[in-house]
Amino acid sequence: MTGPLRIGFIPLVDAAALIVAVDKGFTAAEGLDVTLVREVSWSNVRDKLNIGLFDAAHLLAPVAIASSLGIGHVKVPIVAPFNLGVNGNAITVTPALHAALMAELEGDRFDPMATALALARVVAARRKAGAEPLTFGMTFPFSTHNYQLRFWMAAGGVDPDEDVRLVVLPPPYMVDSLANGHVDAFCVGAPWNSIAVDLGIGHILHFVSDILVRAAEKVLAVRQSWADKNPDALAALVRACGRAADFIEQSHVEAAQILAKPERIDVDAEVIKRTLDGRLKISPDGTFRESPRYLLVGREGAARPEPIQAAWLYAQMVRWGQIPLSEEALNTAMGVFRPDIYDAATGTAAPAGGAEIGAFAGPAFSADDVIGHLRAFKIGRWRA
Amino acid sequence: MSAEQSPKIVIVDESPIRAAILEEGLREAGFTGVVRVSEMQGLLARIYALDPDVIVIDLENPSRDVLEQMFQVSRAVRRPIAMFVDQSDAASIQASVEAGVSAYIVDGLKKERIKPILDLCISRFNAFSKLQDELERTKSALEDRKVIDRAKGILMKMKGFTEEEAYVLLRSTAMREKKKIGEIAQSILTASEMLK
Repeated sequence: MTGPLRIGFIPLVDAAALIVAVDKGFTAAEGLDVTLVREVSWSNVRDKLNIGLFDAAHLLAPVAIASSLGIGHVKVPIVAPFNLGVNGNAITVTPALHAALMAELEGDRFDPMATALALARVVAARRKAGAEPLTFGMTFPFSTHNYQLRFWMAAGGVDPDEDVRLVVLPPPYMVDSLANGHVDAFCVGAPWNSIAVDLGIGHILHFVSDILVRAAEKVLAVRQSWADKNPDALAALVRACGRAADFIEQSHVEAAQILAKPERIDVDAEVIKRTLDGRLKISPDGTFRESPRYLLVGREGAARPEPIQAAWLYAQMVRWGQIPLSEEALNTAMGVFRPDIYDAATGTAAPAGGAEIGAFAGPAFSADDVIGHLRAFKIGRWRA
Repeated sequence: MSAEQSPKIVIVDESPIRAAILEEGLREAGFTGVVRVSEMQGLLARIYALDPDVIVIDLENPSRDVLEQMFQVSRAVRRPIAMFVDQSDAASIQASVEAGVSAYIVDGLKKERIKPILDLCISRFNAFSKLQDELERTKSALEDRKVIDRAKGILMKMKGFTEEEAYVLLRSTAMREKKKIGEIAQSILTASEMLK
């Protein structure tokens, strides 16, 4: 049908469906000849996809939207017909910050409102003492990590642009940066949170599923122009990823072994399995925490790209001043997520119930009322 | 050359050899304000302090994403502009990505002024990867010679061959099997290891 495909990915657990699709032969069974190319930065993945060196890519969902809107870089319309992962991130803090937060905590330590209010008190105390502002690491300006951190801290009254420092760090540098005091906390995907805990230098404060019930994390992305020219190959790729996602949910052990290989994610299979199981060690003292919602790959309709997810991400871009609000841009953002392609390729008839955002603060999100969403929050860079 | 004519160029590269090759090329071309950065910790702070007009970074550097943030936080740099050359110049972008280099214009430098810098970087990056390929080839040729010498030694000892005869046998076997002499020599080494 089409020539060989080159697909870029970043070594993270949420590239699982793509990696398993290729390594278990699901893409070959669909008649596709796929080469996976391991990359080091989201900028590289985006650029190589944009200029046609990649046919498809494992991409941060907000990057697919930003690329289609032409913010932060050149404008290249992107199509996302498959959600590679929902959720999957966590917020990890240094033992010192953890102790400070616990000392100020009123309420449940897994309640993000309680921790956000504690953070606000820690921030205020530091300012009063003339200490440096706290520094938080995240992975990219257009990343779910960035928006999750901001959403959480702003709910407690902390202005992410004024009261703390938010810095981009490549995921492989996160743990080092936490160890040597360059950052006090970070929000990143697997396996980096677990690695910090295993080294005894971090506590997982929150799974991001504490903050949002469902957040689109990574998507399978192709250029709109490529999708238009290769509809059959795209459908085949979506089907192969779908089969892989099902396989992963049925066999965490084998999936973890495939993903652990040196040319794929190249970390211990046990750490990957913990992520897939949603059972993570959260403290150096050995405390484990379990959540079936930690990372969704294929379960609960997670693979179907829901436009409301794109709308929420766009609303965050507006809230934090990355782009002005416009009806047209909202529609463009929502148009990036293509459940129609997913449904046609996999034979799914109806939404599998993945249409809620479920944030812990603010009113329920609706794509029909982005202004209402923005007005509900005091802190933000958006002005009506 | 006045400061106006020579933009300040920061090279971000973890390979000291490549960075040196790049710096030398840029200096030869008359760009006097070239600074190399190899330390990735605190990269953003270094770059703010240096306040460059152009940043050249290798694509295999994970810190590329850190620079992207710079273009988002507009108050930190004076006039953050797009990266690469110009979004209409697809050929330059492609050439640059394929060579493994990315240039960021920080201070509103005109397209005509960034173009020669980027072109030079692309050719230097290509020269560097050619150099590296050659180094790899030389290394593997050396490796082959060592293996062949050891295989010859084994044949001489076991078969009572002269060095010349041992080499002729290796070569004729390689020709018959349509393999490299090095591969045949390696299989002799492996076999003799197993038969020990």
